[in-house]
Amino acid sequence: MRLINRHPGRAARLFLGSLPFLILVVAYLVASAARLADNPGDKLLPALSSFAQAIETMALTPDRRTGAYLLWSDTWASLTRLWAGLGIATAITLVMGLAIGVLPVMRALLAPVVAFASMVPPLALLPILFIALGLGETSKIALIVIGVTPFLIRDLSLAAAALPREMIVKAETLSASTWLIALRVVLPQVMPRLLDSLRLQLGPAFLFLIAAEAISADSGLGYRIFLVRRYLSMDIIFPYVAWITLLAVAMDLGLGGLRRLMFPWWGLEGRR
Amino acid sequence: MSLRIPSVLVSLVALGALAATPLAAEPKSRFKVGWSIYVGWMPWGYAADTGIVDRWAEKYGIAIEVTQFNDYIESINQYTAGAYDAVTLTNMDGLSIPAAGGVDTTAVIVGDFSAGNDAVILKDSTSLAEIAGRNVNLVEFSVSHYLLARALDSVGLSERDVRVINTADPDMAAAFQTRDVTAMVTWNPIVSEIAAMPGANLVFDSSDIPGEIIDLMVANTAVLADNPDFGKALAGIWYETAALMVADTPEGAAARAAMGAASGTDQAGYEAQLAATRLFADPAEAVAFTLSPDLGTTMDHIRTFLFDKGLLGAGAPSADVIGIELPGGAVMGDPANVKFRFDATYMQLAADGAL
Repeated sequence: MRLINRHPGRAARLFLGSLPFLILVVAYLVASAARLADNPGDKLLPALSSFAQAIETMALTPDRRTGAYLLWSDTWASLTRLWAGLGIATAITLVMGLAIGVLPVMRALLAPVVAFASMVPPLALLPILFIALGLGETSKIALIVIGVTPFLIRDLSLAAAALPREMIVKAETLSASTWLIALRVVLPQVMPRLLDSLRLQLGPAFLFLIAAEAISADSGLGYRIFLVRRYLSMDIIFPYVAWITLLAVAMDLGLGGLRRLMFPWWGLEGRR
Repeated sequence: MSLRIPSVLVSLVALGALAATPLAAEPKSRFKVGWSIYVGWMPWGYAADTGIVDRWAEKYGIAIEVTQFNDYIESINQYTAGAYDAVTLTNMDGLSIPAAGGVDTTAVIVGDFSAGNDAVILKDSTSLAEIAGRNVNLVEFSVSHYLLARALDSVGLSERDVRVINTADPDMAAAFQTRDVTAMVTWNPIVSEIAAMPGANLVFDSSDIPGEIIDLMVANTAVLADNPDFGKALAGIWYETAALMVADTPEGAAARAAMGAASGTDQAGYEAQLAATRLFADPAEAVAFTLSPDLGTTMDHIRTFLFDKGLLGAGAPSADVIGIELPGGAVMGDPANVKFRFDATYMQLAADGAL
C-alpha cells in the first residue's frame, strides 16, 4: 500500500498526537534535573514541584499585600482589556467592512486608507499611543483595536465582495433596497467569516495585549510575566504562558462553536 | 518587547543544553563579562574598546570577552543562567537575582554608589509627603522601588499610602509628559531628562541615603576562587580606566566624551551624571568603603526590603535565608547558605599596587 493511503487507527492517532508533547516534557525534565543537580537553587528550569507551589501561591493563596488571588485578578484584568478591544474592533468592522463590501462609493473612499492602515506595524505606534492616550486602560485597548481592526475589515469586505453577483441581482429583481440587501443578503453570509477571522486574530490580539501590559500596568497576565522576569521566576512564567495558551485555545474553540451554532448551514463542515 | 516571550522560550531550550556543560569551576583561560549602559559601568565598554581589557588579560595570560547588553535584567539573567562569568549589577539585584537563584556571587569591585542618580520626582509639588494617595510609576522591584520605600519611610508613610504602577524604563520620560502620571521614581539619564521638564520636582534622591545603592562588578564565586588571575585582571582594568576618566587631562576629557557618546549623551551630560555618582577611582577608598560597618547596615536594609517583597524565594521563612558574607568573614544570615559575598582582596591588591 502506498504511504499516502496509510491511515493510522484511533489509538495510533492518539499516540502520534501526544508524542511531541511527551518528548517536550521528557526533554524538559531531563534538562531540569541536570541543572538542579548542579545547583539546587536554580531558577531557570524549575522542578515540577516548584510549579505546583507557584501555582498554589498565585491561584489559591490571597496576596499578602492586596488580598487578591493574583492569577484570577490578572486573568480578569487581561481578559477585560482583550474583550473590550476585540468587541470594539468587531463593531467597527461590521459597519466599515459591510459598507466597503456593499457600496462601491464607500469602497472607493475607504478601501485605500484601510489597506494602508493595515500595513502600519501597531507595536511601533505604542509610544505614540501612550503619549496620546495616557498609560491607563485606554491605550492598551486602543492598541488591540488598531492592531486587529484593519485586518478584520479587509477580510470582511473581501468576503462581501466575493458573494456571487447573481445573488444580489436576484434580490434586486425581488425589489429589495440597498439597505435590505446589505442586512438580509450580505450580512448573514459574512458573519460566519467574521467569526472565523476573529479566531485567527486571537493570537495577534494577545500579542498586543501583553506588549502593552509589559510597558505599564499594575495587573494583568503580561504584567506579571514581565514583572517576575526581573528575578527569573520561571516557576511563575511557565504556568502563566501555559494558562494564556489555554485561554486562547478555549476562546478559539468557543468562537468556532458559536459559528457552528449560529450558522450551521455555512461552509463544508456545516450540517446539511 | 513583545517578541521576548517566544525568545525567552527559545533561549531556555538553548540554556537547557547548557545543563550538560554547567559552568566549569576549574582553572580556565577564557572568561565572559557582561555589562549594561549606566553611568558607573561605562568604563567597562570604554576599556574594551580601547584595548585596556586585552592588555590586562594578556598580562595574566587569559582572554576576556566583554559584551554590552542593551537590557540590564537580561545581562543578569544570562549571568545567573551560567552563560557569563561576571556581570555589572547593583548590590540589591545581586542579592535578589543570582544569589536568590542559588548562584554564589562575589563582589569583586565596588565601583561606585549612587549619590543622586536615582530620584523620586513629583509633578507640581515640592513636598515628598504629598506623594500620599498618588499613583507612582516606577520599575517594580528595582532600586527605584527600594528608593521609594526608603523615601516613604523618611516621612512616616508606607507603600500602602501610594499605588505603584510598573512602568518600563525606556518609556519613563514619555510617560511623565502624560496627564495621569504625577509621581515617578527612576534613574539617570532619565532623571536629568525629566528634571528639565516643566513642573518636575526632585523631592528625594539617592544622596539622601548615601552608600545604599551600590554598583558592583560581580563574579561567580567558584570561578573566581579557581581563577584569581581573572579577579586581578578585572581590578587592573577597572582602576586603570577609572583613573583615566577622572583625570583632568585632555585624555581624561576624551574618555569622558567617548563614554558620554556611548551612553547616548555628550561629555557635559555624562559629567553631570558623574557628579551624582560617588565613583571610587582610588582603590584605597573603595576598600575603606567595603570594610566599613555601614555596608552591613545597608545590606540589612536591602535584604529586609527584598524579603518584604517576597524576592528571596517563595518559601523563605525570614530575611536570614540567604547568607551574606562581609569582608573579614562575618556572615549575615544563614552561614550554611552563603550566596553573596563582598571581597576586598582584589581592590586591596590594586591599592597596594600589587597587580
